[in-house]
Amino acid sequence: MVDSRKYIIAFVITTVIFGTAIFVSNLLNQKKLEDVRSIENRVALDILSSETQFALLEETSCRDIGPGFLSKELGSLGEKLSYAENQTEFNTEDIEYLKRFYFLLEIKDYLLMKRLMKKCSIEPTFILYFYSTKDACEDCERVGYVLTALRDKYPDLRVYSFDYHFDVEAINTLVSIYKVKPDLPALIINGETYYGFHSVEELEEIVPSLKELIIRAKAV
Amino acid sequence: MKKSKKPFIIQLISAYIMDIQTLLLYISLFIALFFEVFLLITYLEVYDELSFEEKHIGTNIEKFPSVTIIVPCLNEERTIQKTLKSLLHLDYPKDKLSIITVDDGSTDGTLRKLNGFKKHPQISVLSKKNGGKHTALNLALEKINSDLVGCLDADSFVNPETLRKIIPFFDDLSVMAVTPSIKVHEPKSILQYAQKIEYSWGIFLRRMLSSIGALYVTPGPFSIFRTRVFKELGDYRHGHHTEDMELALRMQKNHYKIVNSHMAHVYTSTPAQLPALYKQRVRWTYGFLNNAIDYREMFFNKKYGHIGMFILPIATSSIFSTLYIIGKVFWANLMKVYDFFVRIQTIGFDLDISRLSFDWFFFNTGIVPFLTLSVTMLSLLLLYLAIKLAEGKVRFSKGILYYLVFYVFIVPLWLTKAVLNTIFKKQISWR
Repeated sequence: MVDSRKYIIAFVITTVIFGTAIFVSNLLNQKKLEDVRSIENRVALDILSSETQFALLEETSCRDIGPGFLSKELGSLGEKLSYAENQTEFNTEDIEYLKRFYFLLEIKDYLLMKRLMKKCSIEPTFILYFYSTKDACEDCERVGYVLTALRDKYPDLRVYSFDYHFDVEAINTLVSIYKVKPDLPALIINGETYYGFHSVEELEEIVPSLKELIIRAKAV
Repeated sequence: MKKSKKPFIIQLISAYIMDIQTLLLYISLFIALFFEVFLLITYLEVYDELSFEEKHIGTNIEKFPSVTIIVPCLNEERTIQKTLKSLLHLDYPKDKLSIITVDDGSTDGTLRKLNGFKKHPQISVLSKKNGGKHTALNLALEKINSDLVGCLDADSFVNPETLRKIIPFFDDLSVMAVTPSIKVHEPKSILQYAQKIEYSWGIFLRRMLSSIGALYVTPGPFSIFRTRVFKELGDYRHGHHTEDMELALRMQKNHYKIVNSHMAHVYTSTPAQLPALYKQRVRWTYGFLNNAIDYREMFFNKKYGHIGMFILPIATSSIFSTLYIIGKVFWANLMKVYDFFVRIQTIGFDLDISRLSFDWFFFNTGIVPFLTLSVTMLSLLLLYLAIKLAEGKVRFSKGILYYLVFYVFIVPLWLTKAVLNTIFKKQISWR
């Protein structure tokens, strides 16, 4: 009575469309992860190159250290990772791995930056930011907006963000060095820890060297 | 990098089917896609048939059966004259066509207007106390001995050739009822233009359902039946205020064949404003759900072919999946708007176009967006075919825009109300 052939054809076509959607989505998501991976590799290479340069030029003056000394891609890498993290389609294990790598790169960049500051006596223009993805943290989201806005305004500002609860030994060490309480969000500026939400204006007050960044940028 | 040791299928399930919600979404999208593909295949199957009907139907009728048209009226003084005049202008032998009007206790000037037609040889006027549309129809049915009988709502109008486009289908002795194509009469408001497109979609759907024997409504405006249908299956019933759906289901249950003539055009007055449209659609959806419950034994019953195995289940589930998908999309967008406001509240409004990145990385490349895209593309293709079938040609009109923009927002309103009324067994009113 029911012509089942038509149902079978419709089912096959639907399955093919469904399969294609899954395949294309998978392909593009893999490509995105590759993208993140290759940025991470570039950043790692940048850091290695800077460290080597730094070691070689230990005895020379700060003038030899050009504007491209520190990697420029850490910021956009962070944005891409946090976007990918919020998408359900990505493989969690891949994301965890990329995040781990990213945090370590951040710490290495931070150490390099600190050495640079010490050697060339530059005012610190970096912020360490601890957030949480484990508990509901509304202020973390808002601080995230503020830091993105700050980085857009001052491209030379280096923001190092860390997932407080992420299981990386180096993060735990940072946490214990600065005695960061799990009262998130937490910002570390000039060795001082600030908890809770702070607006763009408040942070500009806390980091006076930000204004210098603009002047320096204009001079360049 | 650490490789996962989980089997591929488990990985697939854990990666893609995060929870019941996602699973439900995938099932809804699969069913929607399946139904669209099914309709498309059906369209290709009947393509030649459609062209033939468009060219030849009604041009060469040899034998004209006698027909009675019942016009039930309740407070229709504004349109009743026009309705009756359109019937009198039908291109059909006068001695074969009679009209019975039934005033169902109108409180306006309907009866007076009807009495004005009393002297017309083709028209008889009946009047009774208000008892509902089905009682008005049944009163007229008692007096009928023509071969065929039809009904025309008093707010609807026929073209002169409409009946001629229906009659040839009765040459097939197994055909027990023929339904027409219903169009919107003189659209004026935005909602009416949107309904015009919606009705085109209805015309397409009914024609497709007709070809698989799965029509589940014989609409009030100008469905024509063999008179023996009522003698054998009984009169009209209340049918939860949708007597035309109840009758169609009763016929299907008894394996009485219903077909559709897409070239037989009937024009009906449609609600101009949202409250009236909302009320009408709550009634239709409520009627569908409750009649579906009454005829539940047809569901997944091989005896009833396509209508039992596929159309009734999918029509029912589509009410819920539409609500689910729209609800989910609405919620997701609400969250986005909320985030946007939090952002503005936090760092102020700064829209620097130069900073907007068009990096493809930030486009959602998940499975659901691709599936939604496929469903949408197929919907647009079907809408194109529907307008072509209903209007003969496709022109981009503002109705299409209104339909695509507004219906997403208003359909969930009446679906929700009808579902709630059904769950809580709350009666609805006609108007």
